[in-house]
Amino acid sequence: SAMEEDYYLELSDGPVQFEKASSVNNVFFDEANKQVFAVRSGGATGVVVKGPDDKNPISFRMDDKGEVKCIKFSFGNKILAVQRNSKSVDFLNFLPDLLHLEYSQECKAKNGNILGFCWTSSNEIVFITDQGIEFYQVLPDKRSLKLQKSQNINVNWYMYCPERLVILLSTTVLGNVLQPFTFKSGTMSKMNKFEIELPIAPKPAKVPLSERDIAMATIYGQLYILYLKHHLRAPSSTGSEVVLYYLPREGLCKKLHILKLSRIGKFALNVVDNLVVVHHQDTETSLIFDIHLRGECDGTVTLHQPVLPAQSIQPYQLPQAGPAAVTTQSPVLCKLYSSSWSVFQPDIIISASEGFLWYLQVKLQPVVNLLQDKGRLMDFLLQRRDCKMVILFVCSQMLNGAERSPLPVVAVVFDKLNHEYKKYLEEEHTYTLAMEAGPSRSNPVQKRPIRTQAVIDQSDMYTHVLSVFTEKKDVPHKFTVAVLMEYIRSLNQFQIPVQHYLYELVIKTLVQHNLFYMLHQFLQYHVLSDSKPLACLLLSLESSYPPAHQLSLDMLKRLSTANDEIVEVLLSKHQVLGALRFIRSVGGHDNVSARKFLDAAKQTGDEMLFYTIFKFFEQRNQRLRGNPSFTPGEHCEEHVAFFKNVFGEHALMRPTAF
Amino acid sequence: KKFLFSSPRMATGTQDKQYNPTLLSFFIYNPKFGPKEGEEEKKILFYHPNEVEKNEKIRNVGLCEAIVQFTRTFCPTKPAKSLHTQKNRQFFHEPEENFWMVMVVRNPMIEKSNKDGKPLVEYQEEEILDTVYNAVLQQCYSMYRLFNGSFAQALETGGVELLKQRLEKFFYRYLQTLHLKSCDLLDVFGGISFFPLDKMTYLKIQSFVNKVEENLDLVKYTSLIFGSKDVLRSGLEQDDMRILYKYLTTSLFPRHTEPELAGRDSPMRTEMSGNLQHYGRFLTGPSNPNDPEAKCRFPKIFVNTEEELHLIVYKAMSAAVCFMVDASLELTRDFCVKLNKLVGPHLTVLASDICEQYNINKRLSGPEKEPQFKYIYFNHMNLAEKSTIHMRKTASISLTSVHPDLMKILGDINSDFSRVDDDEEIIVKAMSDYWVVGKKSDQRELYVILNQKNANLIEVNEEVKKLCATQFSNIFFLD
Repeated sequence: SAMEEDYYLELSDGPVQFEKASSVNNVFFDEANKQVFAVRSGGATGVVVKGPDDKNPISFRMDDKGEVKCIKFSFGNKILAVQRNSKSVDFLNFLPDLLHLEYSQECKAKNGNILGFCWTSSNEIVFITDQGIEFYQVLPDKRSLKLQKSQNINVNWYMYCPERLVILLSTTVLGNVLQPFTFKSGTMSKMNKFEIELPIAPKPAKVPLSERDIAMATIYGQLYILYLKHHLRAPSSTGSEVVLYYLPREGLCKKLHILKLSRIGKFALNVVDNLVVVHHQDTETSLIFDIHLRGECDGTVTLHQPVLPAQSIQPYQLPQAGPAAVTTQSPVLCKLYSSSWSVFQPDIIISASEGFLWYLQVKLQPVVNLLQDKGRLMDFLLQRRDCKMVILFVCSQMLNGAERSPLPVVAVVFDKLNHEYKKYLEEEHTYTLAMEAGPSRSNPVQKRPIRTQAVIDQSDMYTHVLSVFTEKKDVPHKFTVAVLMEYIRSLNQFQIPVQHYLYELVIKTLVQHNLFYMLHQFLQYHVLSDSKPLACLLLSLESSYPPAHQLSLDMLKRLSTANDEIVEVLLSKHQVLGALRFIRSVGGHDNVSARKFLDAAKQTGDEMLFYTIFKFFEQRNQRLRGNPSFTPGEHCEEHVAFFKNVFGEHALMRPTAF
Repeated sequence: KKFLFSSPRMATGTQDKQYNPTLLSFFIYNPKFGPKEGEEEKKILFYHPNEVEKNEKIRNVGLCEAIVQFTRTFCPTKPAKSLHTQKNRQFFHEPEENFWMVMVVRNPMIEKSNKDGKPLVEYQEEEILDTVYNAVLQQCYSMYRLFNGSFAQALETGGVELLKQRLEKFFYRYLQTLHLKSCDLLDVFGGISFFPLDKMTYLKIQSFVNKVEENLDLVKYTSLIFGSKDVLRSGLEQDDMRILYKYLTTSLFPRHTEPELAGRDSPMRTEMSGNLQHYGRFLTGPSNPNDPEAKCRFPKIFVNTEEELHLIVYKAMSAAVCFMVDASLELTRDFCVKLNKLVGPHLTVLASDICEQYNINKRLSGPEKEPQFKYIYFNHMNLAEKSTIHMRKTASISLTSVHPDLMKILGDINSDFSRVDDDEEIIVKAMSDYWVVGKKSDQRELYVILNQKNANLIEVNEEVKKLCATQFSNIFFLD
């Protein structure tokens, strides 16, 4: 019954397709290289490797030496490792110029059984046995392995996070003491072990920790162990929960978050775009959690409720195999939450029986209508990878139409956006400073800050939201102006310099609605920063708002680099004497064009004014050149003639003869 | 160094008695209302003092009519504005067509005793300024109109009787609050003091006002005043604001004085977060809106010529907000409760924020030195006024720190300025130690009183330049 716009989770288009699992075809998935191996008849009739996209599959054959238990390439597909029994692993070089012949390595632990293996680089491999862990270097040219390090420990099961090169071993009888190891270029280091708190179970005994209930994933750049803590079916049960343990590189593992599922049953976990997705098989729905959203915190552990109501993954049509099938068959809907699904970290879902590998994706657009609280919605969106257009959409939506948000909400949203924007600007600034200073010991080379989509700058807001919004005719102008003000207030609150085009928009809007008193206050309190373009814009408003003239002159004065403009303004107002007095007061009167002033004086039709100005420049000439007459370069012949005409030749200043 | 002015008049002897200018009479008439002989009394709409005998009233009105009529023959568009006589001075004002307001002021006088010990009264005919009292008369009208609307409006609604009633009701009280003695140049300007705000605080306040107006959508205009200084307004025209400001600062606020809290030391900051305790209260309307018996009646004001509004004045600490609501809407107690709940806490926080910021700025600018000069600044463009001469100005008292003679010189310079459009500068050497400088640049006027012994004209000019450079560096002032 759900509409398409309600589904906020979807399977990726163009899944990786492979031959479905069958009695003759075994399917394996390698989390490190994200590759699916389809092994037919133990490899004798072919092995096809696909992933992480559906392109360039690798195909080869190998001898059938028994049933394959595990198969993985080293990083870069250099060496293939195959496990066929519990004692040894076989290797096959995929390097050019090297012998394409298998070689084998037995585990060192006597009577030990190999539980599995993990590649940690292009030529380093870790065997996990029930008695410990063994770290080898593979020497492909010598077709042999060299033991680097090993550790004895009883192991129930293991888990690998290739992204962080961390292997987690389950130890003790209940399996709930976890021992992590980390690997880095030839070294293996033991991290602090920690214990998972199992649910307090009544009789009979506690159930040991199952690997199905543990996942490892990076969330917001930090490694977490996710523990699915089941609650028993009981009337008092508050439902199962996911407990997040933060595993730092150094130091102790800390229990930080609890995700409340409010249901019981079978679950599976994914992490998509830093969201924890919990799939619930019984109801065929999923929940999403965001540990960065505010939850209920007791000081150390934060309780989180689902961000959104539970919802199914969006129904998915299976791509049809074979060209002929397309036209005849009707599209087949994929069975979601099928028991044949396998879920891998962080975001992979595999249906071995149907031969598909999907990536799980979060759709942001549906969230907009599902999360009513705009502040929370913004907190959510700002953490998402492809959030920009959705955020801008939300901004437009909250300003338009009947469902527009009240101003306090608008203010909160703007503050959240500008908080993120300011953070980025500061990082940029620090980086620029560091680059200018050059690298030093105290100041190692910095990485250029990454501009994520969550950085919504003034230009984005102007182009996608504000310029469109101010054009809307159906919005009361009080609201329009209040929104612009709110945005400017928010920018100022975060000390972000406001761009001129925003000022222009504000002024345009205020003028359009005749809100000159407000414009006046903005200028009076210097909300609009001084600039020449702004001063010119004000000048152009003089005819509709006379005080703009004074405001503009004041601004030019404050700029202190706009003396020429001030002279022009005064001359255009026929304040010739004022212009001259001004330029003299700032010491620029020796450089101004006499002709410009004489022109202006003549235009006023005031002969005495003309006389005064003329005399001023005669004196200037005298002072600067020792001669009162104008040079031809000044082009004042016309004015000299006019002067003679009106006041007589004798009125001209005589050159002093010494 | 102390800034003291010695008055030359102080030396004229202690037995001399000085009489201030006083209001002799005040009347309003319309010559069209009783054009026929014998009906002259109908012309008179208001007469103070009322006890004056009827025929004298008629005579005085007739005299004024004649003067206006006579002076019209010289300049039909600008008839006489005042009449100077030895004992008194009359001011005429025609605020609406054919409606005349007349104010008669007795000149200040000195009572001396002559050699025989007999009292001798000497009128100081030239001591009072036309510009000042003309402005006072105009203010009388503006204030009437703010609360009653125009004369014509009253006529339209209820005829001459209603107009007479309204005039009687308003001016009976208003004239008692006129203190002619303390009127000066500031009355001519009728300016508004602006509170110095930084942009962030301004934006916060504007944001607050926007949110309140959105929430209480009855509110049409808002204006915020801090410590009797204008901070911000939404929608009200300048001329309306000027008279409303005058009413608030000289009448309403002084009636509600209280120990003003200094933001930093206020006790409520810590209690704010939990329950919404605040210092907000209504200065007009209900004193306690939570009282079920509370009456929610607000004064009505008239702005933008015809618009009638409820005036809600709400104050928290030093911050007062005026909310103006269309008078045709009824204001319920629910509305008042809602407003109180919404505005009270926010305004309290804002007020203490403003106060805090003000104190910070004050501390940054360092201790105030007693300057060598005092000044009055006025900008016609936005009515901004600033005076370091006036210590306090209310309706009843105007405390100036300079001698009235100097105030008179300022007034004279101002009258000179108002006669020409051009920029001007006037420097006056007054009495022994004082220089008075008046500057007019475009829309702005600046009056400076310098106390510098033996300074010459050039030095005084330099001082004023320095003053402009330090106090007015951010505006365009021609040298």
